[in-house]
Amino acid sequence: MKSFLKYIIALTIIVTTLIFTSCSSDDDTTTTDELAELTKFKEFSNDTHTIELYKHMEGLEQGFNEISLRIKDKTTNEYIKNAEVSWMPIMHMAMMNHSCPKSAVEKVTANGTLYEGYIVFQMAQNATEYWDLQVNYTIDGITFSATSIIDVPASMERNVNTFMGSDGARYIVAYAEPHHPAVALNDIEIGVFKMQDMMNFPVVDGFKVKIDPRMPSMGNHSSPNNVDAIQSSNGELYEGKLALTMTGYWKINLQLENAEGTVLKGETITDTTTESSIFFEIEF
Amino acid sequence: MKKTIVVLLLFTFSFSFSQEQKDTLIPKDLKEVIVIGKKSQIHEKQGKSLGTIDEFLQKGNKVDMIKRGAYAWEPIINSMSTERTLITIDGMRIFGACTDKMDPITSYVEVSNLSEATVHSGQQGSCFGSTIGGAIDLKRNQNTFGNQKWDFTLNSGFETNNKQKIIGSSISYVDSLYYFDTDFMLRDADNYKAGNDSEIMFSQFRKFNFSGTSGFKFHKNKLLEASVIYDKATDVGYPALPMDVSLAEALITSLKFVVVPKATPFKDWETKVYFNTITHRMDDTKRPFVPIHMDMPGWSETFGMYSKLTGVKDKHHFLVNLSSFYNKSVAEMTMYPENPNESPMFMYTWPDVRTFYAGVFAEDNIAITCHSSLKFSISLGSHSNDVASEFGLQSLQIFYPNMKAENTRFLKSFSTNYIYNKGAFEYGFGLGYGERAPSVSEGYGFYLFNSSDRFDYIGNPNLENEKSIEGNLFLGYKLKKFNTKITSSYFHISNYIIGKPDDSLIPMTIGANGVKIYTAMDYAMIFNIDFSTEFEFSKYFKWNFHILYSRGKDSDSNNLPLINPVSYRTSLNYNKQKIIASFECIGNTAQTQFGSVYGESSTADFAILNATIGYKFPFGNNKIYVKVGVENILDGYYTTYADWNKIPQMGRNVFVNVLISL
Repeated sequence: MKSFLKYIIALTIIVTTLIFTSCSSDDDTTTTDELAELTKFKEFSNDTHTIELYKHMEGLEQGFNEISLRIKDKTTNEYIKNAEVSWMPIMHMAMMNHSCPKSAVEKVTANGTLYEGYIVFQMAQNATEYWDLQVNYTIDGITFSATSIIDVPASMERNVNTFMGSDGARYIVAYAEPHHPAVALNDIEIGVFKMQDMMNFPVVDGFKVKIDPRMPSMGNHSSPNNVDAIQSSNGELYEGKLALTMTGYWKINLQLENAEGTVLKGETITDTTTESSIFFEIEF
Repeated sequence: MKKTIVVLLLFTFSFSFSQEQKDTLIPKDLKEVIVIGKKSQIHEKQGKSLGTIDEFLQKGNKVDMIKRGAYAWEPIINSMSTERTLITIDGMRIFGACTDKMDPITSYVEVSNLSEATVHSGQQGSCFGSTIGGAIDLKRNQNTFGNQKWDFTLNSGFETNNKQKIIGSSISYVDSLYYFDTDFMLRDADNYKAGNDSEIMFSQFRKFNFSGTSGFKFHKNKLLEASVIYDKATDVGYPALPMDVSLAEALITSLKFVVVPKATPFKDWETKVYFNTITHRMDDTKRPFVPIHMDMPGWSETFGMYSKLTGVKDKHHFLVNLSSFYNKSVAEMTMYPENPNESPMFMYTWPDVRTFYAGVFAEDNIAITCHSSLKFSISLGSHSNDVASEFGLQSLQIFYPNMKAENTRFLKSFSTNYIYNKGAFEYGFGLGYGERAPSVSEGYGFYLFNSSDRFDYIGNPNLENEKSIEGNLFLGYKLKKFNTKITSSYFHISNYIIGKPDDSLIPMTIGANGVKIYTAMDYAMIFNIDFSTEFEFSKYFKWNFHILYSRGKDSDSNNLPLINPVSYRTSLNYNKQKIIASFECIGNTAQTQFGSVYGESSTADFAILNATIGYKFPFGNNKIYVKVGVENILDGYYTTYADWNKIPQMGRNVFVNVLISL
């Protein structure tokens, strides 16, 4: 009878909720908040403007980061809506400097104040080595720039792989989506970049990323109906399907295959090869 | 008042034809609707009155039990198990909460709760829902209104093999307007020993059962009855499975309203609303080696009702039953990695499936002449499933990306039977058609490990209804001291649901052979034939013999698993006033037609001997019954085709049952 009581309580709650929600449904007229679900994690400025950096969850970390930014005029306190923006992240190491894969910076909406793009930090900062970010922007033909050191701690799980392919080129493969994996057939997005030189890491087009999710804590079992990631068009991230049959720790074993079908890096999982040399980790 | 004596299980009724026919020709007295039987009568007829409900059911001619240990055997009717049969408690639908069939609903009742179990073969059992193989309705004890009277009984038993201790008592009270009846029973058993004194580890169990019924006649022809059963089993071992059970708990409640209309043609109108809730927790913490520790709890809740009207008009004896239920089945699995910092692995194995059924059943039994009768029945029901858990739905969509949460289907059934008897001869035949919906596991199960074929099973929400066409036939010859009967049934089941291996899938369970998806085969056929005979040597001596053979094949001509080989039972009974005694031999021939494609291997033949003796000591108005018996006298080490993973059955067992009736 305890359960019966539960049902009555549940019913009462439902009815009450219905009544209250129907009352409050009138004031549903506010415009969509462009900062919804975003958190400001950094603010820096030059003489004229303040740059605000936003992210979906907390701050930056090693791996693929979707970053939004706003530019505020220091004198008017107005946000700039018509800037042309680009950025340049630099890793300052003891012997050298290098950059990392990054996208262009684009306006989110025509009338909004937000600009967004992504940056893939293939390595984390440490005691002596650090990242900084230079934001360059042009407003009405005048060029400005602002630079600040940014905090890029190491990630808990492996979400980016940097390696030399069998073709002799250096590649970076980074996990972009899903942010919130579910026990479901998830849409997975992966970025594949080539290190052209120390400062240029363009997107690689026409490859394939084979995925094989495994649970090492449970006999290294896999999941069904995964779809290898491919691009919908050049310059885009690679999209595939990732089946996760339960919560817990999953190792997503990868193989990078070029347009000719040659595997440049990564191994097929067998009874003896329990993990690939390139992989992502997720735990939820 | 003509009283039908109701025995705890009908091992003498091979079919329910004889009963039905009697109904046809001799309409029941109006009061008999309420009065069915009395507890104390059970004890006199039974050699082992405190056996488990499973032991009683096993004596049915059409019934056998799948055993995974000493507890909670799964009934099979006509060589068909839970999905294809219908088991009800006084017409109530109850669904087990275990994904591994460790809790057939018969495990949530106790012999002290019940007065009989009626077994119907095939479509004749479709009164309370859809079935393919048949139905068992477990009937509760029912009291009669009468002169004011109290009854107390005390039961106690002991079995040497597994040191099973049984204690129970019942109190009942009746007067002309009111009755109540309560009982409890407690069983506690250690591991049992198979033949040759080999102990079967993890075969212990402990079960507590309480039940109460109370009725009130608030009008000359109206009765209201409330009934409750609470059953709790703890520390139950399943030696044939990789896991045990720490808790199996059921609360089964109902409220019944009966009207005996004064005006014909209606005989009685019974309406019942019921609710039951089951909690089931598997447990692997006591096992010495587990690859990964896991929790696998399951819950099942059912609300339901039925309203059944019977009546007689001229030659027509009719019955109409409206029934409906709403069931909620949830089961989870949480696995704990060795590294305690790693997140537990969680999944829904039954994704909160809500099943709603509403249907109507109608039957007309026509007495054509005083020698023959013809019975028709028809049923129509709507059956819908809804996956209420979004998490669970998304999990299944990994396999079925276009799967929808809801699925509604219609279930139809139809049957007709003709019976003729004149003089010593009796015969009958019938045809039937029935459909069933896939079970929760078959439709929505998610990585359910079967420890017999060692495959992980995945449900299939796209399964169509399973459809059965059946034919049955019986022939009997009855003299005063001799009777014999042969009965036979044939089922052609299309869209036969069974797991088929999918080689592209990798199993989840560590050590599993692969993954099977529930799939509809073209068809399967199941044939059963049984022969029984009884001979009275003298007033006191009686000899019985029963033999059964079943055959099951799928559309690829492969043998089906869990099909009865030739099994036989013969007994010599002595019954004189205060003494009852019997000597019995039970056996199977070797199972040579085993379902190798389905992971089954052959089973050797066996035969065991049992003997019991009982004596009634009268002390004025009080009585003491003492029953002593030996089962498996020769201590044979044996296993049957229905024993999960070939778990050996109990060796020699001596039991003592004492019943004190005040």
